[in-house]
Amino acid sequence: MKAFAQLIKTLDSTNKTTVKVKALASYFKEAKDKDKVWTIAILSHRRPPRPVNTKLMRQWAAELAQIPLWLFEESYHIVGDLAETIALVIPAAQEKSEKGLHQFLTEMIALKKQSEQEKEAYLKENWLSLDYYERFVFTKLFTGSFRIGVSQKLMTRALAKATDIDEDILAYKLMGNWDPSTTSFKRLILEENKSDFLSKPYPFYLAYAIENEPQELGDIANWAAEHKWDGIRAQIIVRESELFVWSRGEELVTDKFPEFEEFTSVIPDGTVIDGEILAYNNHKIASFKNLQTRIGRKTLSKKLLEKTPVILKAYDLLEWEGKDIREQSYQKRRDLLEQLINQTDYTNIPLQLSSNMRFESWQAAAKERERSRTVKSEGLMLKRWDSPYLVGRKKGDWWKWKVDPFTIDAVLTYAMRGHGRRSNLFTDYTFGLWDKEKKELVTFAKAYSGLTDAEFRKVDAWIKKNTLERFGPVRSVKPFHVFEIAFEGIAQSNRHKSGVATRFPRILRWRQDKKIEEANTLEDLKNLII
Amino acid sequence: MKKPLLHFNAKGIYCQQADVYLDPWKPVKKAIITHGHADHSRWGHQQYITHHTNVPIIKHRLGDIQVAGVNWGETFLVNGVKFSLHPAGHIIGSSQVRVEYKGEVWVFTGDYKLEDDGLATPYEPVKCHSFITECTFGLPAFKWQPQKEVFREINQWWQENKEEGNTSVLFAYSLGKAQRLLKNIDATIGEIYTHAAIENMNEVVRDIASLPQTKRITKDTKKEEIKGNLVLAPPSAHGSPWIRKMVPYVTASASGWMTFRGARRRRAIDKGFVLSDHCDWSSLLSAIKATGAEKIICTHGYTDIFSQFLNEQGYDARTEQTQFEEETAEELKLSSSKLERQ
Repeated sequence: MKAFAQLIKTLDSTNKTTVKVKALASYFKEAKDKDKVWTIAILSHRRPPRPVNTKLMRQWAAELAQIPLWLFEESYHIVGDLAETIALVIPAAQEKSEKGLHQFLTEMIALKKQSEQEKEAYLKENWLSLDYYERFVFTKLFTGSFRIGVSQKLMTRALAKATDIDEDILAYKLMGNWDPSTTSFKRLILEENKSDFLSKPYPFYLAYAIENEPQELGDIANWAAEHKWDGIRAQIIVRESELFVWSRGEELVTDKFPEFEEFTSVIPDGTVIDGEILAYNNHKIASFKNLQTRIGRKTLSKKLLEKTPVILKAYDLLEWEGKDIREQSYQKRRDLLEQLINQTDYTNIPLQLSSNMRFESWQAAAKERERSRTVKSEGLMLKRWDSPYLVGRKKGDWWKWKVDPFTIDAVLTYAMRGHGRRSNLFTDYTFGLWDKEKKELVTFAKAYSGLTDAEFRKVDAWIKKNTLERFGPVRSVKPFHVFEIAFEGIAQSNRHKSGVATRFPRILRWRQDKKIEEANTLEDLKNLII
Repeated sequence: MKKPLLHFNAKGIYCQQADVYLDPWKPVKKAIITHGHADHSRWGHQQYITHHTNVPIIKHRLGDIQVAGVNWGETFLVNGVKFSLHPAGHIIGSSQVRVEYKGEVWVFTGDYKLEDDGLATPYEPVKCHSFITECTFGLPAFKWQPQKEVFREINQWWQENKEEGNTSVLFAYSLGKAQRLLKNIDATIGEIYTHAAIENMNEVVRDIASLPQTKRITKDTKKEEIKGNLVLAPPSAHGSPWIRKMVPYVTASASGWMTFRGARRRRAIDKGFVLSDHCDWSSLLSAIKATGAEKIICTHGYTDIFSQFLNEQGYDARTEQTQFEEETAEELKLSSSKLERQ
């Protein structure tokens, strides 16, 4: 554990990418193979499921610290990270544990099946035998996401440096379903093993939002445009008559979409399609909300399947006749994809081509983009006809050209302390809009992003001085500040008091020039629903 | 009902019987000053009373003021009220104020810490009935290491940076923390350079206590000579053009706030050392116990949480609003300098 904790400490105490890569690479050269596999798993979000719920952990930590639970909770709100709070309040280590990362993880997996008393004894014993930073890292493994400013991409780069294996090949090896408790470093990273690749998806190619005017991309003849659908980006794999559906989050979601099983009867083996899963009712794209109900459920009832049908809109072809064709041009890949889809009768199979368009001018493309909301798309995707399918988020060949978001002016009503680098600062805000009579503010959205650090500090200082009431970590504040809130989509909702659900709300601007009376009403918001 | 011996009004902590204020934040006739930080020793009072080692410090900060210096434990009477100053251990020249009238004793701590830092006269517990305490770090998450441990880390950090050819820029308050660092760091590792704001204060403190040799950074200081050495700078220098002279450098901050990982990352500082001139959680509790006081008034810091906990422990505790805000003020200064950079 010492080596892993030291690694995390180094990663956590620098903002420089080069230092992070160097620390990771030397760890990957020096650490034990079993610990390396777990480190890769943890940094690529493959932690074993949580064996203890955090409520019990808080309780046990407060007991060890000899403080009342409410005081632990208050401390947690201020520290902003549960593992950090636990590590801070528990008394200093009495004896030193020499266990490695691998052993801790093995114990953690075994712990899941044990009784509550055994769990309590295990945690308390280990908390008292690790020093502060090890205790923090150990607890972090038990509580939620392990975000320490190291992306999977950065980790892969360091691994490439340590092993001399190409970064893109490593990215591919690390995709998909592998189990850190059964695989070895040799098998996962060093060896080539064909059967492992059956279900393996390719890393997704992701685009950045376009920064300048699209005219600056040059001659439009070099660019294909297609609508950017608002669903779940997915890869459909058909190999050896088996179907695998992967979401962009690298999650295998095959069993969530049983209607796609039919693909195996029409799509030949050795095919991988990149596309978007969309809710689809009566020959029309339906709300993203329908899709959420599908992903959320553990078991899919027949009724739900009938109520919320889905389709796949195909964007791209990555593998054809068992061969990786990502190096070929987009034009070539599209031709093959169109051939594949056009040669079969798809009337009863939920697969459609996402049509791509050629425009004579950027003006014509802009006109199509303006139409996006009426066809239920988020805007346009621009792809160079000669571009290969790259790995990860890259600039240059593909661009997102989204429609401008909806905006509305709302009043800050509640605030909560943030987490991580925003701990101890009030950065998580709730916003309200006026009711008809402009008498009462009705909560309609929460937003956590969009202000600069300096603005957050100013608002934080204001909140601390203008608190009306405290409800645990939440404070109600004097209605005073108006913010322009941007969001991507809007739909009716019974779950929200306002009757409206917005997609991806964030703060666009702090309207210090506006008084609260000038904020929008709920009616204004509802009028945006198409 | 008769006013208590000390109460809080719009100008500060007031003793009506003596017509004396303790660390007032608005101009008053007679002010007893606990220490030299800006939020405790402000402009505009007609008369200042403070410990004699603090006299040159506040004169440096406030200019030509009318100030009387007293010794530890020396009592002075004002309209029948007996006042005396006792070491608070916060920074050099910092005191607690003991106030006694008709057998009733109150103590106001100003800012304080229990550990002997080698420079400030160490804290001494004073028995009292009512205790007005700061609780800047009044949360169980705050737990200081002995300063020997922290300085071992700081020395090691400097040594390693030096070996890699980097300059070590360490941020600390100009008064107090900077001198504590100077006094305790291993000055044999290299040269110690100082920002003018810190060096001006060093010159004042050198008349009171001995400090290792330092070099003031001026316009004429050469970039090459600084390399690999230690630079002490106030937090406001972070991100300012001044710091470009130190390239290549690594930054660190020494403060109690460095307990939180988020606090360090928010400031974009490479390394944080947890070193505070205030009490941590357990020091606050043991200090309160040692006074024998039953009535506790909590001022700046996590006051509500801390006084709730004290009430549960059987004390009669409450919170009073003050305008002491040195730690947070320093935080703001730090952030405003970041603003300039953006």
